[in-house]
Amino acid sequence: MSERYGHDRRVGLGKRITSSNLFWPLVALLALFVANTIASPNFLKITWLDGHLFGSLINLMRSSAPLMLVALGMTLVIATRGIDLSVGAVLAISGAVALSYIAGAPDPASPATVAVAVLIALALSAVLGLLNGLLVAVLGIQPIIATLILMTAGRGIAMLITGGLITTVNSAPYKWLGSGWLLGLPVAGWIAVVVFVVLLLLTRRGALGMLIEAVGINPDAARIAGVWSRLIIWMVYVLSGLFAGMAGILSSADVMAADANNAGMMIEMDAILAVVIGGTALSGGKFSLSGTFVGVLVISTLTLTVTMLGISPLVTPLFKAIIVLIVMLLQSPRARTTFEAWSRRTAFRKKEAVA
Amino acid sequence: MTTDQLVEAPTRRRRGLDVRYLPVLGTLTVVILMVVIGGALYPNFLTPRTMGNLFINNAHLIVLAVGMTFVIITGGIDLSVGAVLALSSIIVATLLQAGWNMWLVLPIAIAAGTLFGLMHGAIIYYFRVQPFIVTLAGMFLARGLCFLIAPLSIPIANKGFDRFVGWRIKFGDFRITTAVGIALIVVLVAFLVLHYTRFGRTVYAIGGSEPSAIMMGLPVTRTKILAYVISGTCAGLGGVLFAMSLKSGYALTGVGMELDAIAAVVIGGTLLTGGAGFVLGSLLGVLVLGLIQTIITFQGTLSSWWTKIVIGALLLIFVVLQRLLSRRRA
Repeated sequence: MSERYGHDRRVGLGKRITSSNLFWPLVALLALFVANTIASPNFLKITWLDGHLFGSLINLMRSSAPLMLVALGMTLVIATRGIDLSVGAVLAISGAVALSYIAGAPDPASPATVAVAVLIALALSAVLGLLNGLLVAVLGIQPIIATLILMTAGRGIAMLITGGLITTVNSAPYKWLGSGWLLGLPVAGWIAVVVFVVLLLLTRRGALGMLIEAVGINPDAARIAGVWSRLIIWMVYVLSGLFAGMAGILSSADVMAADANNAGMMIEMDAILAVVIGGTALSGGKFSLSGTFVGVLVISTLTLTVTMLGISPLVTPLFKAIIVLIVMLLQSPRARTTFEAWSRRTAFRKKEAVA
Repeated sequence: MTTDQLVEAPTRRRRGLDVRYLPVLGTLTVVILMVVIGGALYPNFLTPRTMGNLFINNAHLIVLAVGMTFVIITGGIDLSVGAVLALSSIIVATLLQAGWNMWLVLPIAIAAGTLFGLMHGAIIYYFRVQPFIVTLAGMFLARGLCFLIAPLSIPIANKGFDRFVGWRIKFGDFRITTAVGIALIVVLVAFLVLHYTRFGRTVYAIGGSEPSAIMMGLPVTRTKILAYVISGTCAGLGGVLFAMSLKSGYALTGVGMELDAIAAVVIGGTLLTGGAGFVLGSLLGVLVLGLIQTIITFQGTLSSWWTKIVIGALLLIFVVLQRLLSRRRA
C-alpha cells in the first residue's frame, strides 16, 4: 500500500488534473475554441470600440447569460437530487409579465417603471419556484413530475398574460438590461457573473454548499443530523425559479419582445446538459458550480461554432448530443474504473520491466 | 407461472376492490365525466364521429404512451420518444419519396426506433448513467439527425401508402382507421405482455425493487434494456402512424410530445417511482388529454393555450391525489 501512495505522489499533478471533474469539459471548450479560431481567425480578437469591448468572446458572454443563470439554479436543484423542468416556462412568464407591465405603464421609458416591472417579474418567478418547492418538499412528489406540471401549464399562463400575441415595447432602461454595457462589458454578462460569484461564495465559503450536498446524498440522514432538509429543498427551487425569472428578463430585454410560445424553449434541457457536462451527477450530492460555468460556455460556444463553420444551426442538437455522449461516457463510473485499472496495469508493467 | 395467478386471483377478489386499481378507476371516472359533461354541453359532442376522431387524432400518442409505460414501470424514463417519432416519420417520407417499396420502408422506420431504444438501454446498463440524461442525449441526437436528413417538410405521395392509410372499418359514423387499428393492437399486445408473461412480471419486479429482483435471480439487465427497446420501437411505430395521419414528414414534429406521453402515463395511474401501473391506464390517460383538447375546441371561445393550463391542473390534481393515497396505504 505504501508503495502505491508513493507512486501516487510522484505522478500526483498529472493524475489530479486528468481526474478533475473540470478536465474533460475544459478540453471540450478548448477544442471548440480551436475549431472556431481555425474557422475564423478573428474569433479570439477583442477590440475597444465606442467605449466598450467588442468581439466574439464578448458576444458569447452576453448570449450565454440567460442559460448561465438557469443552469446555476439547476445545479443547486440537481444537487438535492431534484430536477426543475419548469425553468423555460418560468422564463417565458417572467418576460411576459415584465413587458406587459411596461407596455401598460403610463411612462414606459422611466427607470422607475422598469424597476417595478423587474421586481414584479422576479417576485412572481420566486413564487412559482415556491410552488415547485411546495410540491417537492412538503407533498413529497417526485421533482420531475412536480415541475412537469408547471412546465406544461406555464406556457399556457404566459400566453394568457400576453393574450397570445408577441408583446413588444420601447423602453431604453429595459433594453439596457439586455443589450447595454457596463464598464466595457455587457450588462447581461455582468449579472450572470455576479450571480455565479455570489453563489460560489455562499456555497463554498459558508455551510450552505455542505448542507445542500448533505440533503442530496441522503435527505433522511441529513434531517436526522439536524439539517432542515425541507427548507433547503424549498430554497433551491425558489432560487431556480428566481434565476429563471432573471434569465427571462435578460432574454426578453435582448429582443425587446415577449414570445410566450418560443422564449426559453428547451432551455431546461440545455441547462441540464450544461450541468451534466460540468460534472454534477443527476443522482444528487456533490455539485460543481464552476463545472456548470464551463458547461454553459461549452454549449453556448458550440452553438456559435456550428454557425461559424457554416453548418445549418438546425443541426446543432446533433453536436450537443455527441458532446454530451462523450463527456457522459468519460465521466461514467464504469469508464473510470476501466481507465484506472488500465493505468494501474501499465504502471505495474513498467515497474516489472524496470525490475 | 400462470398457475400462480390462478391461485392468487380469487384471494385478491375476496378482499374486495384491489387498491392498485384505484388510480385507474379514478382516471376512468374522469374520462366518463368528461364525456358526459361534453355531451350535455355540446349537441355534436357525443356522436360516433367525434369519439372516433378522438382515437384518430391520438393514435400515435397512444402508442408512445404504451411504450413509455414499460419504461416508467421499471423506474426509468424515456425523453427521446418525441424526437424519435419525428425521425421515424422523416425516414418514412424520405424513403417513400425516393421510390422505395412501402413494405420495406415501414419496417426500416420502426427499426430505427428500436435501434435508438437498444442504444439507450445499453448505455444505461453498461455505463451506469441515469436514464434521464441518456435519453435526453438520444433526444438531441434524433432531433439533429432529423434536420440533417430533411430540413424541410417532405410530402408523401405514394399510391400504395395512401391505400394502406385509407383502409377503415365503419360502425355507422364511428371509424377505425389503419392507424387506430394498429394502435389498439399495440395496446392489446402490451397488455398481454405486461400482465401474462414472465417478462412483464420482471418489469414490475424491477420497478418494485431492483436489488430484490437481482437477488431473486431475475434477468434484470435483459429486461431493463428490453423495456427501452420496446419504448424505442413504439416511438418508431408512432412515427409511422404520425406520417400516416399527416401524409408528410417534418423535422419539427413531436416537440414536447415525450412530455405529453409522460403526462398521459401519470394521469393513467402509473407511479413514476416504478413498480405500479397499467397499460390500459395509459390509454385512458391519452383519452383524457384528447378529451380536454376536444372540449376546448368545441367550447370555441376559449383559446388554445387553455388546453395546456387544464392539462397542467389535471396533472396536479392526479399527482397530489396519488400521493395522498399512497401515503395512507403506507
